[in-house]
Amino acid sequence: MQSTLKTPSMNQTQEHLEALQDIRSMMKKSTRFLSLSGLSGVFAGIYAIAGAIVANYIAHSFSDDLNYYDGTLVFEKYMDSIHKIYTYMFIDALLVLFLSIGTGFIFSYRKAKKTGQKLFDHTALRLFINLIIPIGAGGVLCLILLNHGYIGLIAPVMLLFYGMALLNASKYTLDDIRYLGICEIVLGLLNAWLMGYGLWFWVIGFGVLHIVYGLVMWIKYEKGK
Amino acid sequence: MKNYIHKLNKAFENRVRLGIMSILMVNDNMDFNTMKETLELTDGNLASHIAALEKEGFVHVKKEFVGKKTLTTYSVTKVGMKAFNEHLDALEALLKQRE
Repeated sequence: MQSTLKTPSMNQTQEHLEALQDIRSMMKKSTRFLSLSGLSGVFAGIYAIAGAIVANYIAHSFSDDLNYYDGTLVFEKYMDSIHKIYTYMFIDALLVLFLSIGTGFIFSYRKAKKTGQKLFDHTALRLFINLIIPIGAGGVLCLILLNHGYIGLIAPVMLLFYGMALLNASKYTLDDIRYLGICEIVLGLLNAWLMGYGLWFWVIGFGVLHIVYGLVMWIKYEKGK
Repeated sequence: MKNYIHKLNKAFENRVRLGIMSILMVNDNMDFNTMKETLELTDGNLASHIAALEKEGFVHVKKEFVGKKTLTTYSVTKVGMKAFNEHLDALEALLKQRE
């Protein structure tokens, strides 16, 4: 009944509502980077888990050399194994990083194209800067820890700084990323307490959480849109 | 029933002007091209509406040279911020009245 009796005032209400929606969308669009695709999170998670499996394999394939070092083994061989572990793990981590960024770029480019937005605008730059400062600080700290031999602290520090970077970035992209950040921080702290289980926390923090978050975001914002 | 309609600012009745003000309320400043892309407008269209807002004293225009090109950036003035907030309040009040 109401729809047939549209009074001028109802049209006006509609107009005001549209104006408010316009304002809200412009405020959001001009300050936040919204092209990051949830699917890139899913893939980053898969790469992280694959990387962890490879890292586990690398550690185990040299463990005989390390565990049975009791002075009877030649010292050079021990050092050689440690160097190999470091090198392979470093390559492994770099591969995960590049694959994640590469896939993230492709999916986000597709999403930006679909929504008619530019991938690299001032919001992307602002998001990048605010992500890279805490991540960079965490990365440098990890190198320092590695240099001092605090290997067990590297995974928790990575999780903790990554979580803080996401928390910081939540002001410049989807609000939801805040919760991912908080989860990573909690995991990082737990891992600092339960040192030695770094690989497991790595799998949960960088693998499982990314997949879950990516899927939720994809369903919430992208699927069927 | 109170009448809020007269409180709506005529300067903001256009969608483009509403967009310009919304963007400037949440960004410290923004250059012409970024504004144009965000609002999906043509040069002339954006320029004329910005000029109108500038005339009202709501938008501050800054022109500087970057190399040989001019870079024009816009920011909202205190007067503009106040006027826009009042406009939003009026919109909100109008909508509440009709609920």
